[in-house]
Amino acid sequence: MSLTEISAERVRRRGDDSAVLRMSDAEAAEIGNDPNTPDDDQRVLLNMGPSHPSTHGVLRLMLEMEGETVLRSKPVVGYLHTGMEKQGEQLSYLQGCTNVTRMDYASPLFNELAFSLTTEKLLGIEVPERATWIRMMMCELNRMASHFLFMASNGMDLGAVGMMIYGWREREEILRFFEKVTGLRMNHNYIRPGGVAADLPDDWQLDVARLLEIIPPRLEEYDTLMTGQPIWRARLQGVGAMAPEEAIALSATGPLLRSTGVPSDLRRDEPYLAYDQVEFDVIVGTYGDCYDRYAIRLNEIRESIRIVRQILDMMPSGDYRVQDKKVTPPPRARIDESMEALIHHFKIFTEGYKVPAGEAYAAVESPRGELGVYIVSDGSSHPYRMHVRSPSFINLQSMPHLMQNGLIADGVAIISSIDPIMGEVDR
Amino acid sequence: MSESTEVDESEEVAAPDPQPEPPTRFGVPLSDSLGVSTIHPSPEEWLGVAEAARAEGFDHLTDLTAVDYLTYGAPRGLPDGINAERFEVVAHLSNVSSRERLRLRAQVPADEPTLPTLFDVWPGAEALEREVYDMFGIVFADHPDMCRILMPDDWVGHPLRKDYAVGQIPVQFKDEGMKR
Repeated sequence: MSLTEISAERVRRRGDDSAVLRMSDAEAAEIGNDPNTPDDDQRVLLNMGPSHPSTHGVLRLMLEMEGETVLRSKPVVGYLHTGMEKQGEQLSYLQGCTNVTRMDYASPLFNELAFSLTTEKLLGIEVPERATWIRMMMCELNRMASHFLFMASNGMDLGAVGMMIYGWREREEILRFFEKVTGLRMNHNYIRPGGVAADLPDDWQLDVARLLEIIPPRLEEYDTLMTGQPIWRARLQGVGAMAPEEAIALSATGPLLRSTGVPSDLRRDEPYLAYDQVEFDVIVGTYGDCYDRYAIRLNEIRESIRIVRQILDMMPSGDYRVQDKKVTPPPRARIDESMEALIHHFKIFTEGYKVPAGEAYAAVESPRGELGVYIVSDGSSHPYRMHVRSPSFINLQSMPHLMQNGLIADGVAIISSIDPIMGEVDR
Repeated sequence: MSESTEVDESEEVAAPDPQPEPPTRFGVPLSDSLGVSTIHPSPEEWLGVAEAARAEGFDHLTDLTAVDYLTYGAPRGLPDGINAERFEVVAHLSNVSSRERLRLRAQVPADEPTLPTLFDVWPGAEALEREVYDMFGIVFADHPDMCRILMPDDWVGHPLRKDYAVGQIPVQFKDEGMKR
């Protein structure tokens, strides 16, 4: 049996030798109430959470331990479930972005982008070139902000507490620019079907150029503080390793899949926006361990800087949203002069625009993997069904396989390296 | 004169042309939905088609979800020969190396909402199928851990069904606000 077959077989196990602890809370409580446990085999069921085990949100783990070794585990999710997919059916397409932006709150612009791309696919509209490039720039900056958040939380999870402050410092610089452009630090509702909500501010080039100037030297600081540190390496290298066959079989995407050496990146594989016009490298790992996942994200910040630098030179002029009166509200000045504009404005904000019946799926490469939105439209102004393929939710099921036969202290490193955002897991 | 004979000829060529064979893939009807190849297996064909698709290189189960078509008023976009049912399970497959994508749409009747699990084909189906069970009450037979995932274990009902009304759950203090 080849190694490939063994790893492919390992993730398909159903019984006690599986990495996943398939046990309900009631069964676990029954074992806990049994006075004879832990019995001769010295296995202990341990509950971890639901709190912030690694500052990623409300995640609970059920662990089956033998000493300090994790045998089986199960992530218990749903604590942040707010019915966003059901809510998406109540809101019009115009309001939809305010809903989805709250899912992955560390990279809200990607949620808006996936929702907008799917809606535009159903509408059959092309957005103006400038809108596409604005979207691309904002998303790459958002990817950097999201990876900085990872750097901060990953550092703190592993005891590099100072990293928390450094990661936050850089993220804040980017969020300050977001606030200037969109009015909000998070949950922007900036990317909307048909374009973006507003044009970039007049001196945006200066702000972006300043970001591109201050961030690279700070990444050098990260290298000093973490990448080259023997303690940091010892803590991450070889921890939570995974084979490419396992990652693919478990539907993993994003840095989790790329760390195993699979060069899968939607920006390059199925270019959306204008990613086919910029140059960048897809960063892949070799061993699929926590260190690779850390290094991938660090280097993806550098690639994003490279992309933003090209966008700075290539940003086209023109309109920032499609001039289709049925989709885009008229400018304020037009409403005073034109009865028709007033009617359009009223119709868009009360009833919403109608989207042709059909189904569409569009996916983007979010900092966590493939973020897809599947919308079924019945021809009305509200989605009949809106489903989100959230990368955190699906990547989280790799966790028991990464944790099996490892130490519990490494478990925290593994949760952290998957980088789940619980708002997106639970939706 | 010559013009009319030309028209006659083309009509003659077109007329005997029989109905083109409906396109199929993996032995089940194939349709095109905004540029995405979509196949329509029945619940009985579901597992066999999944295995055939994986053997052909679709190694990544990208997404799996369901739609409740109870109150849907528009045409469903199904090819001839496929009977529309209340539930539809939708899976998105991709081939990691060639980046080809394929969509599977299976009609699941309301009186027997059951499909075989895809766990043995793609273990990544585990959480996705649990979510579909939780939200729609569609049971995946032979799934290793068929239980709720997002809602509490003792929850009654399946929230994303169309007959599960919004506002059905009483909210504390909601009706007491207007007493002043």
